Amino acid sequence: MIELFINGRGFFVKEGTTAAAAVLTCGTAQFRSSVTGEPRAPLCGMGICYECRLTIDGVQHARSCRIMATEGMRIETT
Amino acid sequence: MRAVIIGAGIVGAACAYELQREGFQVTVCDPGVIGGGATAAGMGHLAVMDDSPAQFALTSYSQALWRELAEELPPTAEILPCGSLWIAADAEEMAEVHRKFAYYSERGIPVEVLDSQQLAEAEPHLRPGMAGGLLMSADGVCYPPCAAEWLLRSVSVIRARVVRLAEGEVTLDRGSRLEADVIIVANGTAAVDLFPDLPLAPRKGHLLITDRYPGWLRHQLIELGYLKSAHSTTADSVAFNAQPRATGQILIGSSRQFGAVNGEIDPPMLARMLQRAFEYMPGLAQLASIRTWTGFRAATPDKLPVIGHAPGYSTVYLATGHEGLGISTSLATAKLLADQLMNRESRIPREPYLPGRSYSHD
Ligand SMILES: Cc1cc2nc3c(=O)[nH]c(=O)nc-3n(C[C@H](O)[C@H](O)[C@H](O)COP(=O)(O)OP(=O)(O)OC[C@H]3O[C@@H](n4cnc5c(N)ncnc54)[C@H](O)[C@@H]3O)c2cc1C
Ligand code: FES
Repeated sequence: MIELFINGRGFFVKEGTTAAAAVLTCGTAQFRSSVTGEPRAPLCGMGICYECRLTIDGVQHARSCRIMATEGMRIETT
Repeated sequence: MRAVIIGAGIVGAACAYELQREGFQVTVCDPGVIGGGATAAGMGHLAVMDDSPAQFALTSYSQALWRELAEELPPTAEILPCGSLWIAADAEEMAEVHRKFAYYSERGIPVEVLDSQQLAEAEPHLRPGMAGGLLMSADGVCYPPCAAEWLLRSVSVIRARVVRLAEGEVTLDRGSRLEADVIIVANGTAAVDLFPDLPLAPRKGHLLITDRYPGWLRHQLIELGYLKSAHSTTADSVAFNAQPRATGQILIGSSRQFGAVNGEIDPPMLARMLQRAFEYMPGLAQLASIRTWTGFRAATPDKLPVIGHAPGYSTVYLATGHEGLGISTSLATAKLLADQLMNRESRIPREPYLPGRSYSHD
């Protein structure tokens, strides 16, 4: 298992989980807000739609469906 | 009195707005959308510049007009009073900062010299070790197509191309004709289609816009090396230019190319431009880009726009050749034209911009 932090709270996920899947399995459905304030979450799961963007280890607009969860990763929804 | 304006870019829109206020019945012709030409492609930096006394007179006059108009513009015009920061990389450029400081302060423009540390505090993402900078706090930024749309909000706009120009009359591509007491040619680089002898050359530029990173960049940044590169009227050049948008996006420029005829992205030129930007702000390379595009500036040999009565006609006036400053100078351009039409003195001398001038340059 890998420990990571979503909005500051620690969670354990299986190795081989994407950051997007980690956030979903840990119970967060709203990844970010659109420009007009609508809730947003992953759609394509393959790096095309940009709906799954999160701040990961300080990098804004990271496409979480294309990034593997790693030990100690810090994820922020926006 | 009826006026027909050819072109619905920021310059045509500003002229339409001004003439309507003078009581003209105004019609604007453009085959495309409002502000869809260079006006949509540009950066929207509202700047005062001092390459020449005439450039200073026009940009500073226009900036005062933008400041007044900003009160009325809708939020879509995205007026951002962010100020400009000219970046000096070395001692030579720092000497230019001091020269500019003296020039602008003598003329009542608010300016401030920043030393190396103050500059780093003002823009933390700049490469450390810059010599310093010049802060021009009255400069700002806008979103030009929406400003143009607002200027034209109660003007009649016909979606057609003007294919022929005659005294008191234009012919549209659909064959119909429009009569007018005054015709203003404000179709940017395409003015040469109607006036083949105008010394206008299209100067291509690339821009790139990032995703939203609110607060990442605070001022419109321009490298002072720009003075060396943009001064050249023949060679291709790039210069670091970064602009914060009201949305939190960052607009990165810029390149200048002569002789390029199609608007396609030129990857080596884009790469050169970005390389230059990363030299100044290495962190930009980590941001997500969402779009790149190009546009054409209408350049004249003496780097001043062409504003005024067209030689050989009594009813035709020109308003083009604004190169990389047409957003900034559009409002003053319209005032100078209106003054000429109404036979009034202008706030600044009109001679440097008249179409019949010699266009000589150093
Ligand atoms: C990359 C780049 C960056 C820039 N950055 C800045 C900046 O930061 N600040 C600044 O002040 N300026 C900047 N500029 C310059 C500025 O964008 C232009 O000077 C300005 O937009 C010119 O406006 P315009 O109305 O003259 O031309 P345009 O916006 O090109 O409008 C001309 C219009 O005429 C229409 N037209 C053409 N032919 C005809 C015809 N025969 N009949 C009817 N209509 C016709 C076209 O469809 C077009 O809409 C930049 C330009 C570029 C390319
Ligand atoms: S879900 Fe579409 S890019 Fe990540």
